[in-house]
Amino acid sequence: MPAPLPAERPGEILDAGLKSASELSGLASGRAREVLRALWRSKTFVIGAAIVLFWVLDAIFWPLFVPYDPEGLVSPATLQPPSAEHLFGTDDLGRDIFSRTLAGARPTLTVAPLATAIGVAGGILVGLFTGFYRGLADDIAMRVVDALLAFPLIIIAVLVISILGPSITNVILVIGIVFTPIVARTVRSAVLVERQREYVAAARLLGNSDLYIMFVEILPNITGPIAVEITIRLGYAIFTSATLSFLALGIQQPSPDWGLTISIGRVFLQTAPSEVLFPAAALATLIVGVNLIADGLRQVLEE
Amino acid sequence: MSTPQPLASLPQSGALAIEHLTISYLRRDRALPVLTDVSFHIEPGEAYGLVGESGCGKTTVAMAVMCYLPANARIEAGRIRLQEVDLTTAGEAQLRSLRGNRMAMVYQDAGSALNPSLTIGRQIAEVYRFHGGLDAAAATDAAAAMLETVQIADPARMLRRYPHELSGGQQQRVMFAMALATNPDLLVLDEPTTGLDTTVEAEVLDLVARLRSKFSASILFISHNLGIVARMCERVGVLYAGRLIEEGPSREIFSDPRHPYTLGLTRCVPNRIMRKDANRLDPIPGSLPPLGLAVQGCVYAPRCPIARARCREEDPPAFISGPRRVSRCFYHDEVPSIPQSAEALPSSPANGASEGDLLRVERLSKRYGAGANQVVALDDVSIELEAGEVLGLVGESGSGKSTLAKCVVGLLDASGGEIDFAGRKLARLADWREPQLRRKLQMVFQNPDTTLNPSHTARRILTRAARLLSAGGSAVDRERRVTSLAAAVQLRPHHLDLKPSFLSGGLKQRVAIARAFAGSPALVLCDEPTSALDVSVQATILNLLVDLQTKQRVAYLFISHDLGVVRYLADRIAVMYLGQIIEIGPAQEVFSPPHHPYTEALLSAMPAIDESQGPRIKLSGTMPNPANPPSGCRFHTRCPRFLGDICRERNPPWQEDREGHRYRCHIAPADLGPAQREATSSPAGDNNRPRAETSP
Repeated sequence: MPAPLPAERPGEILDAGLKSASELSGLASGRAREVLRALWRSKTFVIGAAIVLFWVLDAIFWPLFVPYDPEGLVSPATLQPPSAEHLFGTDDLGRDIFSRTLAGARPTLTVAPLATAIGVAGGILVGLFTGFYRGLADDIAMRVVDALLAFPLIIIAVLVISILGPSITNVILVIGIVFTPIVARTVRSAVLVERQREYVAAARLLGNSDLYIMFVEILPNITGPIAVEITIRLGYAIFTSATLSFLALGIQQPSPDWGLTISIGRVFLQTAPSEVLFPAAALATLIVGVNLIADGLRQVLEE
Repeated sequence: MSTPQPLASLPQSGALAIEHLTISYLRRDRALPVLTDVSFHIEPGEAYGLVGESGCGKTTVAMAVMCYLPANARIEAGRIRLQEVDLTTAGEAQLRSLRGNRMAMVYQDAGSALNPSLTIGRQIAEVYRFHGGLDAAAATDAAAAMLETVQIADPARMLRRYPHELSGGQQQRVMFAMALATNPDLLVLDEPTTGLDTTVEAEVLDLVARLRSKFSASILFISHNLGIVARMCERVGVLYAGRLIEEGPSREIFSDPRHPYTLGLTRCVPNRIMRKDANRLDPIPGSLPPLGLAVQGCVYAPRCPIARARCREEDPPAFISGPRRVSRCFYHDEVPSIPQSAEALPSSPANGASEGDLLRVERLSKRYGAGANQVVALDDVSIELEAGEVLGLVGESGSGKSTLAKCVVGLLDASGGEIDFAGRKLARLADWREPQLRRKLQMVFQNPDTTLNPSHTARRILTRAARLLSAGGSAVDRERRVTSLAAAVQLRPHHLDLKPSFLSGGLKQRVAIARAFAGSPALVLCDEPTSALDVSVQATILNLLVDLQTKQRVAYLFISHDLGVVRYLADRIAVMYLGQIIEIGPAQEVFSPPHHPYTEALLSAMPAIDESQGPRIKLSGTMPNPANPPSGCRFHTRCPRFLGDICRERNPPWQEDREGHRYRCHIAPADLGPAQREATSSPAGDNNRPRAETSP
């Protein structure tokens, strides 16, 4: 057991390394706090977050605000333009479009995050293993990814859903599985950088298991690219789930889901545009909001 | 002599004059001073060196002179005059013309300063076209002539090449060609040889010395390496925390410093006679004050061995401490009598009594690729190491030093050969080795910024190492082990709860050393552990390594490009060239003739502040491509003692000199020794200590 050595100048030399007194206040959470502060200063991120927060609160609390039952036939007059009674007008069955637009956030914001979670979890697993081990398995996995990426995402989703049958569960699973290789590629490239670093070599010399090195040593250092990927994927998931609903392959009637509503209303686009316009605007703002968050996050993390 | 004298009373003429320059960086609406009241001047044709550790403001001076300060920098006070022009008030158009025609700069990293998508010829010719007003053909001719001036062989072909096709030394020569194209009055060199190998560095410095007789430019030479500045410059200024704390002729300032910081800098580097068993290095205690910290009194007082109450209250003015010398120290008269603070080691490391070899590497080879593209990184390498011994491993980058270390420690899979450790044959990869063997064989890495996991605190890193390397034990035992490891590497308890980004380079390296020592290793491989650190921090780390070695009888395989460090630390030295060991033996034997001509060249390329050097042994060309090594002796393409066909055709034999010292060469020790001794004792050559010459 090594005995403590006499310091050349006790006290002074030992305090040598601290960068500055002011930085000491942050200590362990320093980096996270710095990122949060930078995010708060980023206009892009703050605007995006405000939009998304609005829709999330709406998806949770819409029953408190809606004037009518979104699925009820509340008006004998169908396809009405906006009025004081029905703010966004009524649809082809006499339902209140304002209530349906507010309520339509819930199915979208259920399907998209769950699908993203599956895709990110799968992508992290595949990316960590292929990036860490390289070799034949990596080559095969990456060629499969290339093949998958060659097809438009929506075609694969349509194909699978038409085989499995339309249902919310199937939509979530399909989007999640299609996202897995895309996320895996991002994670893999981050792992390839980290595994070259000396701390990974040191961990190996200590005799850590591969799983420990992957999940405890490497994973915490690639959270930045993963966070960016999550927000990007979320935007795509919202878009894809709306498209599948539009194609009648996802959520079914009488749900107020935006994609579904747009699909039904498009027949009346010439005479009564309200039924398409308002859900489409809602969908667009949500996707823009998510993408603003992704941009803000990327700018801050890449600084 | 102790009466304060304002610096302005010194002559302020000259090519460049900086007067009371004060610069701040704005960060989050706060102005952090980086330079405070810096004044110096450079005579026409003079080379002025600026030294100091990283963070002292050297590069800020260079950027201020070139008017390339970043957007958040603010000149608070002072003037920079290039002859009659005040650069701090000059307009952008005037600056552009000045930068091309009157002043030029050579950066540290030539690879990123050159445009990768344009040919060398186009980039040099551009300077002639825009600043010299030549047409395209004339500019190309001028570029070729300039390449000849900076001693690039076959300029016509070089003009058509792209930067990535050039070696680091060639790129730096091209930078010099571009800088000198307009025959500037002032040449700013910011660490122009940092990152180059010692032999290439020596060539570039020789080139600078030779160019000075051709061009009349004044030179501002910025470097952290005192040896280089001592060799290249007539006068030197020492920067500390943004203040010019001492100035004087370079010969005197390092041999007879009059500021405690300058003295500290000269003492913390091992010199030619220092050995680990006789002398401890003398590090400067403490560290640089953080940027923007308001200091009352002398900035150096917290680290100064002779600081008194007055130093902590009053800011010392510039004193005239001798002819042409200035020191910002109240007690500059006392500096020469400051004793060495570090005492010699209590006990010298036990050597002599041999316990047999701890490590035997036999005929180890490592090849990458196959067929025509095969690169042989290690070729038939055999070394042995006794318990408690330090084997220094030197050689230029690409010689295979790190590959050897990584094969030994089991991070790389050797292609052939055997490694025996503590009497057992080692599996090739660390994962396949038995835990108790792995524990005894650890490594300290080069880069303090990546050697620790940035997400984990120092305590977590050491606790994990203690858990895996010290067999068994409870959580309490591990905690005690971590505490004692931290104490052994002089880490304070509160450092343990910090993540690496809050630790300085030196502290990070201490955590890395503690991690390697967690299992009481028998052999630690040190891969350039101090090359990224400042000299004063390097001294504490080297002292620490020596202490650990003495107390724990651990052996080191110590890789370094710094021969001074290796000579101080190593019991035996192995020299590598292109994947082969070409010389191995006791340290003193390797450092004195007869030795391999390559070792001879490496030694003569060493810049030193403590003695004037003999003529330099020059190596021609660069290291050959390891995918296609030269036939016969691998060194024959660059060898200064090339014999002829025999070197080209036949693999050189091992020549045994004295016991344990051998080298690979066709020249026998009886012939090589006298020839090399004669070379070192002959009078100084023409390129030694260049004098300023102003060409008409």
